[in-house]
Amino acid sequence: MDATIHHISKPHPVTGVTNSKLGTWLFLASEVMLFGSLFSAYVLIRTGSPSWPHGWTLLNVPLATLNTLILITSSVTMVMAWASLALKDLGKYRLYMGSTVLLGLGFLVVKSFEYGSKFAHHHYPATDTFYATYFTLTGLHGLHVIGGIVLNTYLLFPGSALWKKEPDQFLGRVEAAGLYWHFVDLVWIFLFPVLYLL
Amino acid sequence: MSQTNGHSHPHGAAGHDSHELPFWRKYIFSVDHKVIGIQYAVTGLLFLFFGFCLMMLMRWQLAYPGQPLPVPFLANLFNETQMISGIMLPEFYNQLGAMHGTIMIFLGVVPLAVGGFGNFVVPLQIGAPDMAFPKLNMMSYWLYFIGGILMLASFFVPGGTAQSGWTSYPPLSVIASSGQTWWLVGMAFLINSSLLGSINFITTIVQLRAPGLSFFRLPFFVWAQFVTSFLLLLAFPPLMGAAVLQLMDRLAHTSFFLPTGLVVNGAPIAGYSGGGNPLLWQHLFWFLAHPEVYVLILPAMGIVAEVIANNTRKPLYGYKALIYSVVFLGFMSFIVWAHHMYLTGMGTGMSAFFQVTTMIISIPSVIILTTMILSLWGGAIRFTVPMLFALAFLPMFGIGGLTGLPLGLNASDIHLHDTYYVIGHFHYVVAPGTIFALFAGVYYWFPKATGRQMVGWLGKLHFWPSLIFINGVFMPMFIQGMAGVQRRLYDPMQYAHAQPTQVLNVVMSVSAWLLGLAQIPFIVNFFYSIFWGRKADQNPWQATTLEWTAPSPPPHGNFTSEPVVYRGPYEYASPDSKSDFWPQAMKEKN
Repeated sequence: MDATIHHISKPHPVTGVTNSKLGTWLFLASEVMLFGSLFSAYVLIRTGSPSWPHGWTLLNVPLATLNTLILITSSVTMVMAWASLALKDLGKYRLYMGSTVLLGLGFLVVKSFEYGSKFAHHHYPATDTFYATYFTLTGLHGLHVIGGIVLNTYLLFPGSALWKKEPDQFLGRVEAAGLYWHFVDLVWIFLFPVLYLL
Repeated sequence: MSQTNGHSHPHGAAGHDSHELPFWRKYIFSVDHKVIGIQYAVTGLLFLFFGFCLMMLMRWQLAYPGQPLPVPFLANLFNETQMISGIMLPEFYNQLGAMHGTIMIFLGVVPLAVGGFGNFVVPLQIGAPDMAFPKLNMMSYWLYFIGGILMLASFFVPGGTAQSGWTSYPPLSVIASSGQTWWLVGMAFLINSSLLGSINFITTIVQLRAPGLSFFRLPFFVWAQFVTSFLLLLAFPPLMGAAVLQLMDRLAHTSFFLPTGLVVNGAPIAGYSGGGNPLLWQHLFWFLAHPEVYVLILPAMGIVAEVIANNTRKPLYGYKALIYSVVFLGFMSFIVWAHHMYLTGMGTGMSAFFQVTTMIISIPSVIILTTMILSLWGGAIRFTVPMLFALAFLPMFGIGGLTGLPLGLNASDIHLHDTYYVIGHFHYVVAPGTIFALFAGVYYWFPKATGRQMVGWLGKLHFWPSLIFINGVFMPMFIQGMAGVQRRLYDPMQYAHAQPTQVLNVVMSVSAWLLGLAQIPFIVNFFYSIFWGRKADQNPWQATTLEWTAPSPPPHGNFTSEPVVYRGPYEYASPDSKSDFWPQAMKEKN
């Protein structure tokens, strides 16, 4: 018997998913626990503090709103990239995937302006537990954005060579990357109100 | 490595390899689950031995506080920040304690039980050619390896390695020397290694079972690994979160875990804003570390179930009850964590809640142990070496489990908390419990992995002294603990209440050193049998589960033809079969 592993590009007849799709969902479940633990830490520290500033008095809400729009748009282009590929249109896939990467980079640029102005006013993670929470949560989210950009760039350029050999498997990879990218977007949808608006 | 290219294949039966891989791809950076499993197992065994050595050093200080090590050669191994003319310093004692726990749990038992046995056995038992994600599997081993190297390297950084206990409670851990940072980074590698492994196990078990192998035909070992993987998947990320916060506290001087007004050595601590909560770490840590207890015990229970069914020559009693119990246990393990924190002042309401859930979780544990004991009833028991270890597991785990009840009840825990009673309790679960089960697994699956049997009389020479001396180490701890002797004491003679039981420390230390000697037959047996052991055929134990229908050792791709499963995992002494065992993949009567 050769070492062929089943259900790499075709879904399992009973579970209805490929291996990589199930693996991606499991990975996202662990990510939920990771960010869940940090949100819980935030709740515990905030409720235990004698005073806690409103986010909008210290943080730049317009910039964060812009970033929210950027990330939501990038989620849309990510879906379009996958849908184009499902319609076997590699050119449009590249267009939309390229837009997703650029929007992700745009998010990081805006974020770096935000960080820069905080540092310019001598607000660091060590300043108080509010800033500690802000920098740690958005920093970890930022690392996830960077990870997503690396992944999407790989699928945009060298990774797309798989399209010719194994189109189903490549489509599955793009879908998995999309699930991850939506998750990163979703984390920000929680971070934005929690840190900036409450 | 190029000179080893074309190295002849010592594992034979490689006829199905379509192409020969170079040595370093086949045995070092391998993607084959069997090689990765063996890598995990051997690395895990080495770390277990190393962690045991740390403990044997600590036992000298406990038995003969303040006296120089009797072996000058040993004393010369340590520098003046660790020992002065053979007398151990308190800081070094703390480092040994913290690293003994860390290494035994995260680098020894879990990699051996899950990475080693899980990787090697699970794909074989479900009739799969490999894990679902072979490259991810390799990556998870190497992340573990790097994590282990970081932990070892931290012994040599200025100020020594982590010394805040394996639990790393702040504020102490935040203000400790740089070894703690190495500990946190090492843990991050280990956490991600487990994460990749658990994703791989769950996907493999869900997607790659052989035709006919429904969930209720899975061997109990696979069920145990399945539940274990969910615990690793969902409980480790909060520790990752906690490690990130503690790294921020240490490196960026945030105050997640540092309260306002913290005074260190008589002076207010400088450079920290305060406003954090030390209990937050404990909640996040135990949210991992209590499920981690079940990560330590469930694979062991799985191994014991396999060995018992095979050596009693009858089906396991209550197979479905076992499965429902292990799933319920896995779920409950997420809501018992704060029973480690009764004395932190978190409030009586919280304590009452966690006391109730803790009493509830003892029910499935007792069901599992009871079904295993009842499985012996009426069996034609073969007292093979794996069976001896599996049989010893039952009362040893029983003692460990039952002594946990007074710790789970918050009234009696007030007296017993943080005493040697606790140490005795969890060591009974993990050492003569889990580690004995792991030895059972090594003896049981060794012929499958190498194609050779281990030597029986050496196995018995390993088993009997180990059983006696391991009880000599841990049983007196209950007495010391009830007498009020705290854990983590560097010099028990400095406390009046610890002096009456000091003689027990000598008993325990001598037992520990003899236990070390008792491992020599195992080490000899292990290496001797790899090369010169009696040849084993495909199914030397006359077992029923799928791994025994593959050649020994299994070739790349595992099976000579894709197995099809016709019945449950433990069809021993079936009235429908002529022989006393009926393999899962055999269509006709056996």
